[in-house]
Amino acid sequence: MPTMNPSIIATQTEPRIASTPRDRATPSLKTGVLVGSGASISLTGVGRRFDTPAGPLDAIKDVSLSVAPGEFCVIVGPSGCGKTTLLRILADLDHPTSGEVNLARNDGTLPTNAMVFQGRSIFPWLTVTQNVSYGLTLRGLPRRERNAVAADLLETVGLAKVGASYPHQLSEGMRQRVSIARALAVDPDILLMDEPFGALDEQTRFLLQEELLRIWERTRKTVVFITHSIDEAITLADQIIVMSAQPGTVKAVLTVPFARPRALTDIRADSAFAPLFNEIWGLLRDEVLLARSQQEGARL
Amino acid sequence: MSTRSRRRWIELSLTLASPFVLLAIWEALSRTGAIDRRFWPEPTSLLGTFWELLREDDLLGDIRISTLRILGGFMLGAIPGIFLGLAMGLFWPVRVFVMPIAAAIYAVPKIAVLPLVIIAFGTGEASKLAIVALSIFFLVVLNTMAGVLQIDRSFRDVARNLGASPFQTFVTVALPGALPSIFTGLRLALGFALIVIVGAEFLSPRKGGIGDLIWQSWQIYAIEKMFVGLIITGVMGWALTLALDLIERFALPWKPVDS
Repeated sequence: MPTMNPSIIATQTEPRIASTPRDRATPSLKTGVLVGSGASISLTGVGRRFDTPAGPLDAIKDVSLSVAPGEFCVIVGPSGCGKTTLLRILADLDHPTSGEVNLARNDGTLPTNAMVFQGRSIFPWLTVTQNVSYGLTLRGLPRRERNAVAADLLETVGLAKVGASYPHQLSEGMRQRVSIARALAVDPDILLMDEPFGALDEQTRFLLQEELLRIWERTRKTVVFITHSIDEAITLADQIIVMSAQPGTVKAVLTVPFARPRALTDIRADSAFAPLFNEIWGLLRDEVLLARSQQEGARL
Repeated sequence: MSTRSRRRWIELSLTLASPFVLLAIWEALSRTGAIDRRFWPEPTSLLGTFWELLREDDLLGDIRISTLRILGGFMLGAIPGIFLGLAMGLFWPVRVFVMPIAAAIYAVPKIAVLPLVIIAFGTGEASKLAIVALSIFFLVVLNTMAGVLQIDRSFRDVARNLGASPFQTFVTVALPGALPSIFTGLRLALGFALIVIVGAEFLSPRKGGIGDLIWQSWQIYAIEKMFVGLIITGVMGWALTLALDLIERFALPWKPVDS
């Protein structure tokens, strides 16, 4: 496993220079899980201003970043720094009030995306299978084909036996797997994940991280993943974007040097892990303190 | 026996015992003369009256008439109420426009507008259906609307993110998401429907129904018949609620069964 010192590639306003192409294992084409056509993301000076009773509020401001096709990008930042706003803009659930968003496939066409939402987002009124195939139902795919895709994906996320169950019968960890399977079912070019493991206990979280890495190895989709956990960011990411307190801007962009495929245990044993952890925490600490004083100020 | 199934047994026995305990106390008080037998005839004597009513009067006919009035009025009020409630929950202009009317009419005791209903629909069956429909309409509307409004935003976002059209969002998110609240509204509405139909039947003599039976019996001082009518009303309310519960369990298989 190669170990090199993690380094800051770009800060705040400097645009990031195109990442060097990495060697990739040829993704295996297993049934049901198709390989995305490789979509890139580029944001230039993106801002989102909300009108509130207390006046205009910039959730994010002047965010510039780029994610290469097939790259796993993790965004970390203090609470309320606009991470979710950023992701909602990428998902086309919200629009920026300034700047430019560019999403493109290799062939120049518009990429598709699917989002894994924070917390409770699988439909309690649908069975696990119906939840996973929901996106395909909307597209009018025949039931037989839908169920085949759902069955494959449930197998992939280790839930082959609970297809007929309702969400309230599952544990939180199982529900998050369903949520991930639902996003994968529509075979998106870009996978957007908003703190998908935030509500889980640490051990379950490790298991799901391993699973996510395994699935990603196979599909190599472009991923943008939001988390509070520095540890999780290092484990999963090719690129880590550290965001500042509100208004959220890009404070630093770091490259994670660990080889793929990764194992949780190898990464933790690696001598580059601790320095990288400390570097990120060093960047985040002031922002977290600032975010906290903002929130306390708002409460007074 | 597990604690769980033991608890279920205790629950069931308590549920079944509760009406009998009440009746036993009543029986005892009545027989000992602690309460006036002329006004509080003992429950066991009511059995004979019940039998008599079944054979000589048309008790089953009265039950049928009242039930049909309740069910008919219920359909007429609840179905449009659900649609209006869904529209109000999904589209704010509809909500803002209808809300003042709904809030005002909701608060008026419906039996108070019976004279107006009679002017509009006459003294026949139409006015009975109308008063029931009217009395439950806004209750269903408001509960349905509340049901749509409390649906987590992330469910709608999921639908949008995966490419749902507005109609698909309506069918796959708003309707199933609001269904528990809709059923809460329907259950309340059932109680209201029963109250209102009995009241309306009081005020429409000799047109049949349980309310008519109760009122006519009171007029001729047939206290025992009146009591049978009251008990039948209670049983009807219980049976209709039970039927609604069964429908709910069928319509909401995903809802965890509580207790």
